[in-house]
Amino acid sequence: MEHIVIIGNGIAGVTAARHIRKLSDKKITIVSAESEYFFSRTALMYVYMGHMKFEHTQPYENHFWKKNRIDLVNAYVTKVNTQEKLLHLDGAPDLNYDKLIIATGSKPNKFGWPGQDLDGVQGLYSKQDLELLEDNAPNNTVCKRAVIIGGGLIGIELAEMLRTRDIPVTFLVRENSFWNSVLPSGESEMINEHIRDHHIDLRLGASLKQINSDENGGVKSVTLAETGEEIECDLVGLTAGVTPNIDFLKNSDIELGRGVKVNRFLETNVENVYAIGDCAEQHEAIGNRRPIEAVWYTGRMMGETLAQTICGNRMEYNPGHWFNSAKFLDIEYQTYGWVFPERKKKENETHFHWRHPKEKLCITLAFDKDSETVLGINTFGIRLRHEVFDRWLSEKRTIDYVMEHLRDANFDPEFYKNFESQIVSKYNSDLGKSINLKKKNLKRIFQLN
Amino acid sequence: MNSQTYHKSMALTGEPPKSLSISQKLAVLLGLSGLGILLLAVFNVNFPNKTLWLTLSLLAITVGIVWFSWDAYSKKIPGIKNDGVWFKSISSRGLWGWVAGLSLTGFYIVLYFYPEYLGLVNGGDNKGVIGLFDPLSKFLSGNLASQWFVYGTLYTVAILAFGIKFLWKYRHNRYERLRTWSVMFFQTAFAFIIPELMARLNGDKILDGGSLPYYDLKNIWPLNYYNFEGYRIKAFLSSGEIGFALLIFGILSIFVITPILTYKYGKRWYCSWVCGCGGLAETAGDSFRQLSDKSTFAWKVERWVVHSVVVFVTLMTTAVIYSYLGTDTSKYWLTKSTFLIGVAVLLTLVFGWAMIFKRDQLQKDAQYGAIGYFVIIIALIGFHFFSGDGQIFLFKSETLRKSYSFLIGSIFSGVIGTGFYPIFGSRVWCRFGCPMAAILGFQQKLFSRFRITTNGGQCISCGNCSVYCEMGIDVRAYAQKGENIVRSSCVGCGICSAVCPRGVLKLENGPLEGRIDSNQVLLGNDVDLMTLVNKK
Repeated sequence: MEHIVIIGNGIAGVTAARHIRKLSDKKITIVSAESEYFFSRTALMYVYMGHMKFEHTQPYENHFWKKNRIDLVNAYVTKVNTQEKLLHLDGAPDLNYDKLIIATGSKPNKFGWPGQDLDGVQGLYSKQDLELLEDNAPNNTVCKRAVIIGGGLIGIELAEMLRTRDIPVTFLVRENSFWNSVLPSGESEMINEHIRDHHIDLRLGASLKQINSDENGGVKSVTLAETGEEIECDLVGLTAGVTPNIDFLKNSDIELGRGVKVNRFLETNVENVYAIGDCAEQHEAIGNRRPIEAVWYTGRMMGETLAQTICGNRMEYNPGHWFNSAKFLDIEYQTYGWVFPERKKKENETHFHWRHPKEKLCITLAFDKDSETVLGINTFGIRLRHEVFDRWLSEKRTIDYVMEHLRDANFDPEFYKNFESQIVSKYNSDLGKSINLKKKNLKRIFQLN
Repeated sequence: MNSQTYHKSMALTGEPPKSLSISQKLAVLLGLSGLGILLLAVFNVNFPNKTLWLTLSLLAITVGIVWFSWDAYSKKIPGIKNDGVWFKSISSRGLWGWVAGLSLTGFYIVLYFYPEYLGLVNGGDNKGVIGLFDPLSKFLSGNLASQWFVYGTLYTVAILAFGIKFLWKYRHNRYERLRTWSVMFFQTAFAFIIPELMARLNGDKILDGGSLPYYDLKNIWPLNYYNFEGYRIKAFLSSGEIGFALLIFGILSIFVITPILTYKYGKRWYCSWVCGCGGLAETAGDSFRQLSDKSTFAWKVERWVVHSVVVFVTLMTTAVIYSYLGTDTSKYWLTKSTFLIGVAVLLTLVFGWAMIFKRDQLQKDAQYGAIGYFVIIIALIGFHFFSGDGQIFLFKSETLRKSYSFLIGSIFSGVIGTGFYPIFGSRVWCRFGCPMAAILGFQQKLFSRFRITTNGGQCISCGNCSVYCEMGIDVRAYAQKGENIVRSSCVGCGICSAVCPRGVLKLENGPLEGRIDSNQVLLGNDVDLMTLVNKK
């Protein structure tokens, strides 16, 4: 029986394992040093905040793995020998494979800052990071202030987590507005306000020069590059992005770039070795996507696709329209298609932006200024129906059409106040149009005839 | 390894987000002092001015709860407020959780089985804590209080005060707010005030001199398992047109109104918008919703137990009605035989419809269970005809009625269902015991426009939805597959949708077609792969 070994039990590896099991009877082994069972990385923050216990982050009950004949090995892979198809493990006997799937995810970026390896300096990615955070910042007497470096999704999550324990947080963002390498300025500005509403000391245009040590090798303070200001703190959170977790492959035959190099079939340069998820790097980026996509659902999709290939139906990784979501403290964010920030916008991309006069709600639509085809949408505090917007993107609908049918795309809970009429009236006045908003129509939404 | 994370979290005794502010401590003290007055009354401390002391007590309890909630939520930015839920001992089965659970359980045991300890006196002024409630009861209905009046008052106070807490906690969510206003209204008006006022009509000309039974109009059979018992039927029928109308309303409630509303909106119209049990669970029980068991084992137990209760209540009610009907068609058209035939026909129709048209939606064990129970009921009914005019169902109807009332009405719904809130979560009764919920759920699963829609491929499997589902549904298991949630037990409280950080879940009513949308591969992936894998 063919033996499939998967390194990493995150969403990519586990999805591959589940689908291979559905399609075949092959022997499947998952090796992970991080945790005994698969858990949802995205939920780690809720454990620190007390919304959940760690076991709640595990999507499958413990008996699931045995029932589905997926063997779990709790060990660290030290070396991959592709000649002999052999894995050297720390914590378990060596393991032979017929096909190998590398799905080891990411690790936090460190950019060589002085002091980045002191006690009290950490990233937030793994279960071990969460445990370390409980040590470093159990409460506001042990951790009197935390400084977070890097204004992305993990940075704001870490800030939110620490604030639930009333730990004062200084949040250093290198850009002059939060996450404005991704978000257009109106949206980015709204999030800046919301961060400050949560009593987080947000420093824009501020980057780290160095982390200063106390006499015991722990963190004492950080020094800012721009002003030279020194901020005393007990915890430094490094959240300036992630990088593929592939150091254990450095002396193998597998071709590496920043990640494990793969083709569209998720195959590496070595036969029978594949890579999926955060650690995989496409030779060429797909569409507007990045060569390395460290996103939950792309890991899942790569797992679904590779399972087909492994089970005899060789298939390209071919993601559909881009989408994503996040939550910034209390504000939910969803995006479908592509909306670029001002500095990355292509020539033909135009934006329409609406923001609620009082509440923290806004929406940005990107469209082609010549054809008026919709390119993408960002919403904050308003939920959209994935299926409907995905369909509109496939059908290359114009912005007029989208505005007219905007109510069909709303996914807010029942009885919520809706803002489509305000949005459309601003659209009409901004662009000199006279669109009439249509009523929500179940037949259109569910595609019934 | 798992426990490591957990234990360290538990080390932060008395620190945020677990700690109480000074205001909150004072509020707790105030609320407890209100309870203290009631407790003193239990031990027969004589309060000179009952009206004054009862008012003080109920006010202290209410203000204590409201003050506590105000301090907890009003200064914060609207949003999900679950910080520290699993660190606080009251909401994570810690010491205070057990203390609260045991106290509540003790209260229910005394209430149901030893009301004399609460001061109940038959045929005279009450003593103890029930005596304290006499003036209020006289003011409303003109009668002296009973243990049920005391319970009803405290129940209403709990729904109102904790309802206000819930309204603040979820003030960003209009679905939650409207739903909570609704349960607060139905409890206060329908369960508490209207029946008390109706009692004032007893003996009046308008009722032809008859007396109506105590009737909470929204309390529908089979939750209200005694609604069609002989003494109530007599009382309805002896109370003129109004009495007759109420009896008809009781029958229409379960056979006409309920099916229509459940078809249109799912069982939530009742379970989380109207019902009193649901009302208490959603307000006073909200702090315990995360304690429900999500394992597949618990789900199995739930299905067997709750449907067995339905069978039990059906048998019991049939036997009770049968026992007071006559045999002579010339006196009254409804006789023992016609009634039994009617029951058999109705059950056969429902059973046949489900098995013929909806079989693909029933799990294997559900089919076996349904067949088994159906055969038993029909056999028992047939027994009557073959064995001549003997007793029905092997047991005396009175024995059945008494066992049901003791086992289900008291022990299950009260002592376990509410007493164990802090241990098993807030909807133990609704999930494992309530026959009304089971009947509504049966329809919701098979014939309703209601579903929780999963939003394409946005789920990140975080598990907030499952943790905060009070009915113990593993919501995530469906959401991460891109499958809509169509479960008979879902009461439509909407909390899964509220706590979801990615906007994945939406409760909605829509067309039956494509209601359960199961995908092997989720939206966002290669279109060809999706069609390949999802084709069935």
